[in-house]
Amino acid sequence: MALQQARPAFPGDDKRWKLVNGTMRRNGYAGHALIETLHSVQDAFGYLDEPSLRFVAASLDLPLSKVYGVATFYHLFMLKPKGRHACVVCAGTACYIKGAGALVDAVEERFGVKPGETTADDRLSVLTARCVGACGLAPAVVVDGNVFGKQTAGDLVARIEELR
Amino acid sequence: MNVDELAELAQTYRDEEATFRHEVRVCMAASCQSSGAGPVYDALAGAHGAQGGACKVKGVGCMGLCSAGPLVAVAERGADVAGSVLYRDVKPDDAADIMGSVGGVPVERLRCPTDQPFFARQQRVVLENSGIIDPDSFRGYVAAGGYAALVKALGELTPAQVVQEVIASGLRGRGGGGYPTGLKWSTVSKMTDPTKYVVCNADEGDPGAFMDRAVLESDPHRVLEGMAIAAYAIGASKGYVYVRAEYPLAVERLATAIRKAKRSGFLGSKVAETQFAFEVEIRLGAGAFVCGEETALMASIEGLRGQPRPRPPYPAEYGLWGHPTLINNVETFANIAPIIRNGGAWFASIGTARSKGTKVFALAGTIANTGLIEVPMGTTLRDIVEVIGGGVPGGKACKAVQTGGPSGGCVPEQHLDIPVDYDSLKTLGTMMGSGGMIVMDEASDMVDVARYFMEFCMTESCGKCVPCRAGTQQMHGLLDRIARSKGTARDLALLEELCEVVQATSLCGLGQTAPNPVLSTLRYFRGEYERKLAAGD
Repeated sequence: MALQQARPAFPGDDKRWKLVNGTMRRNGYAGHALIETLHSVQDAFGYLDEPSLRFVAASLDLPLSKVYGVATFYHLFMLKPKGRHACVVCAGTACYIKGAGALVDAVEERFGVKPGETTADDRLSVLTARCVGACGLAPAVVVDGNVFGKQTAGDLVARIEELR
Repeated sequence: MNVDELAELAQTYRDEEATFRHEVRVCMAASCQSSGAGPVYDALAGAHGAQGGACKVKGVGCMGLCSAGPLVAVAERGADVAGSVLYRDVKPDDAADIMGSVGGVPVERLRCPTDQPFFARQQRVVLENSGIIDPDSFRGYVAAGGYAALVKALGELTPAQVVQEVIASGLRGRGGGGYPTGLKWSTVSKMTDPTKYVVCNADEGDPGAFMDRAVLESDPHRVLEGMAIAAYAIGASKGYVYVRAEYPLAVERLATAIRKAKRSGFLGSKVAETQFAFEVEIRLGAGAFVCGEETALMASIEGLRGQPRPRPPYPAEYGLWGHPTLINNVETFANIAPIIRNGGAWFASIGTARSKGTKVFALAGTIANTGLIEVPMGTTLRDIVEVIGGGVPGGKACKAVQTGGPSGGCVPEQHLDIPVDYDSLKTLGTMMGSGGMIVMDEASDMVDVARYFMEFCMTESCGKCVPCRAGTQQMHGLLDRIARSKGTARDLALLEELCEVVQATSLCGLGQTAPNPVLSTLRYFRGEYERKLAAGD
């Protein structure tokens, strides 16, 4: 009979840890639930910090090195907090052909951030994506989860400036 | 449950809707939603409430012509997209006009002709329900003949007969490889391990491809039905759908479909009241292109880094957690129900000698009609681009069509008369891939295109094997130098040599095919590279 590991205490009394724990419990705290669990941490907290990685590792009885390995392997997992707003410029082939590069340049010129960076005031994170699947609307951007198609540099800069 | 009982159930569902003669269908797939289909739907529903009348407003899946979205179709019950009155670029303000026109005179200013080749030339098998049924409605799918193939397989066919039917259909893997599906099923079905898995690969990573997303968003039950039939044929009781996390709407609709299929007894411990048990779980990707490779995908389902391993052993022998595993792509599974329903011979009558059936393509780039089409295998590329796609807008000339994403290559204009099937595309140095087609006009710089794809492969390389990890870096460096007119003839020679080495020695498909865009642009557009070479040795 396998010994029942003692589950580690939640890293804080934030209620969101219950959601994370729920994901692990549904999967029987199995190691193969790691990616699902990291998704649920990121959904709840926006990014994966060190205490959360340690908590997940201990809960699923996995070495921290493995958890860190998975968290850094997949592009979607963020180890740093994002800005209050996120602008994802699609860099899929169709968008690239139709001028996604100009959108990235325009955002960099206006707000001083390259893809993967966040402005100093934490207002805006800029990212690129490998095809958001809106190729019919190229070039496409995703601003705070909403997809906007057929964008020009002017459209996009104006849209970001409107954000509070 | 037997076939007759299901048919009766379908008739009941159809009768419930018989009070309406017309339907107002609003495309609620991701692309039209991005163009504002949500508010259009609300406005139409509001106008419907105000006017009453004998019609029904319903959200449906992709109608194909994404560039004209939001699309709204007014159709008689049961009519397909081509047989309806279609409206393009609909705004919420148009709702009253559209509702007022139902059963009467169409609103001419919004019309999108459906007799144009884009609609008329398509043959819909995979997309037969797409844009017609409500993807979130279990009843809608059953009313359209859904789950009849599963019930037929369970009640009238042995697992071996199901495999035989798929072999007879000549269906080949739609994810890009083109491996005969029936052969794969037959291999897994012969394994003696009592635990087997069915996996649906919905990690559609090729930039410029959105076929699988559209199928999952428009007709998710069809994929589940295909998976359940596969599970019955090979003797599996557990399935996984591995979907990209970048497709939240597809994930949501698939989850709804799984829940409803389970509640109605088409998934679970007694599928359709038989002894056959089948459960399906969704696993989310996390943004790694390499996870489209089957061994990497399985590693990711197991919660590991998505790194491939050498094959053999193939997943059919040694797959998820060491058990025999059948992995097929979304579109492959979506073809299964029609094959079982109409017979393998019917399917084999469509297409060419060695590529059977239809194929869904995503048309994008500089082309008039961007969106999703389904045509029989063997349709020429010129027909697809110039007739169905409407050609390059603004009177510019088409220069090349890129197929197969970062693993494929470019077909230059002079070869557009080639019939599209697995084998003929290979002779041109490209591949079918999953179905993304990017049309490029004369303004496209082919060296830049090659650099773009190499950058993609470089950042997506998992780092496990040296040829891919280091080779893509070096090739990207060389391409970058050449693209900036800083490269020499020696750089070009070195690039070609590296292409060969990386192709021959990489562990998985990602590395083996990473040089393809370079080789194919070199083959047809070598002059563009040479004109960029700097003077020197």
